[in-house]
Amino acid sequence: MAGTRDRRDPPRRDEGLTPAPDDRITVAQDSLAAAFRDESSRLTASVTRILGGDFAAAEEVVQDALLAAWRQWPADGVPDQPAAWLRTVARRRAIDVLRRDLRYRDRLAATPFPAGPAAGPVADPAAGSAAGPAGDGEDDRLMLIFTCCHPALATEAQVALTLRTVCGLSTAEIARAFLVSEAAIIQRLTRARRKIAAAGIPYRVPDGDELAQRLTGVLAVIYLLFNEGYLTSAGDRPQRRDLTGDAEWLAGLLARLMPAEPEVAGLVALIRLHRARAAARFDDAGRLVLLRYQDRSRWRHADIAAATDLLVRAGQQRRPGPYQLQAAIVACHAEAPSWQDTDWTQILLLYDALLEHLPSAVVRLHRTIALGQVMGPEKALSEADTLAPLLDRYHLLHATRAEFLRALGRHDEARRADERALGLTGNPAERALLEQRLA
Amino acid sequence: MKYVLLFCGDADDAAAFAALTPDELRARYAEVGAWFAEHRAKIGGSNQLQGPETATSVRFGPGGPPVVTDGPYLEGKEAIGGYAEVDVADLDEALRMARTWPGRGTVEIRPVVTRG
Repeated sequence: MAGTRDRRDPPRRDEGLTPAPDDRITVAQDSLAAAFRDESSRLTASVTRILGGDFAAAEEVVQDALLAAWRQWPADGVPDQPAAWLRTVARRRAIDVLRRDLRYRDRLAATPFPAGPAAGPVADPAAGSAAGPAGDGEDDRLMLIFTCCHPALATEAQVALTLRTVCGLSTAEIARAFLVSEAAIIQRLTRARRKIAAAGIPYRVPDGDELAQRLTGVLAVIYLLFNEGYLTSAGDRPQRRDLTGDAEWLAGLLARLMPAEPEVAGLVALIRLHRARAAARFDDAGRLVLLRYQDRSRWRHADIAAATDLLVRAGQQRRPGPYQLQAAIVACHAEAPSWQDTDWTQILLLYDALLEHLPSAVVRLHRTIALGQVMGPEKALSEADTLAPLLDRYHLLHATRAEFLRALGRHDEARRADERALGLTGNPAERALLEQRLA
Repeated sequence: MKYVLLFCGDADDAAAFAALTPDELRARYAEVGAWFAEHRAKIGGSNQLQGPETATSVRFGPGGPPVVTDGPYLEGKEAIGGYAEVDVADLDEALRMARTWPGRGTVEIRPVVTRG
């Protein structure tokens, strides 16, 4: 599945962040973790397995190994195989933990002690993606993802744990991404790890019927991450981490680990299609530009073609689902030369199919836009009006109604609807757009 | 791991239960009986409790002797209707049992404190 190969962003540095003396270690670990993002989740996963799913202990062991690298590498030079070096150190420390704790005696007997400097072949992340799933530690990583996204944890805890443990973000980075205090994130993580241990949340990938259900939860966490990043990527918050890159990386990892799941590929395609158009979403002044007015020459058309190709191949499995269908809708837009020359009939059909999988009022609202193009604004407005009782507090209902009202020449009502929308959104880019319309 | 499954319900659940016809009630009890039979090997103690209107609470305040009051500890519409102690591999196995519970309402799963 070459189309799912990740194109990862280069590791990010925390520019402009001057660490207080106490933060130095954290920052060093952060950059190390960023450089070894792929490796770090592999590391955490295998250590968590050695320790029988003890997340808190695994976290400490991995931090220890990273800290050892931070101390030793500047003096001794970076080893030839840094990933293998880290893994050996982490494994040794994990085994030390097992030795110290009598409860782990049985587990220790079953864990082979690492013999050489490398605990196994060093997987090059890029080569690994071409080779497909499996390989050293990959099953562990899958277990890690499924445990982090266990439905017995609150959604916000699932998100924080996944970002910390699988993506290797620091608590400070997670706090910045969600605009909450670092202390709150640390508390959220501590509670989640405690619950995993105390409530007996297992460290494994579910099978049978359970897998489909649990996979839905995992995909929801990744999609939530993506949306969080996508909606807040307005230009006025440069200090905020762009989570869409993390979401793409995570979805790509999952697709590599579960190549037989078309919905995973669908989510990858959906995220890539959105990201391929990201550059055109804002004008030079940082204002949000609606799809209809976007400069389509600024889209990354090669990425769009690759994502569409991935989607088509996923579709060949004939197991459609909400992510494949949403991606197909976005692909229709992405391949259209203009707003007018868009295959609206096809989009309307895709929305009808999507509603069968995801019968939500928000999906019905999005559908009204295609309906307006195919059947005219009057029909679309009356459909949007039927959603009013469900979506009265949702700003996009009112902004969408305003568009239909304007198309019908009912300008006063359109204005009132825009005002209503403005009163309901706090997103600066969306506010600016509405204010511009009302000016 | 040991867990206690608490079989809970609110006023709506109670109303739905009260509305069952004698045949439906018999069928429901048969399903519950079959559920207990299926999981017999995993279940320790279990009991159905009489309604919250039969409950008496002894409350220890900050000072003075405990106060005895009529009524359950849980205020409002929710009540615990019964419990089963289960010994299973992990939370997922407990969840599988809870998902197939025929008694409806809500099943709360609580791990038991183990010492040693």
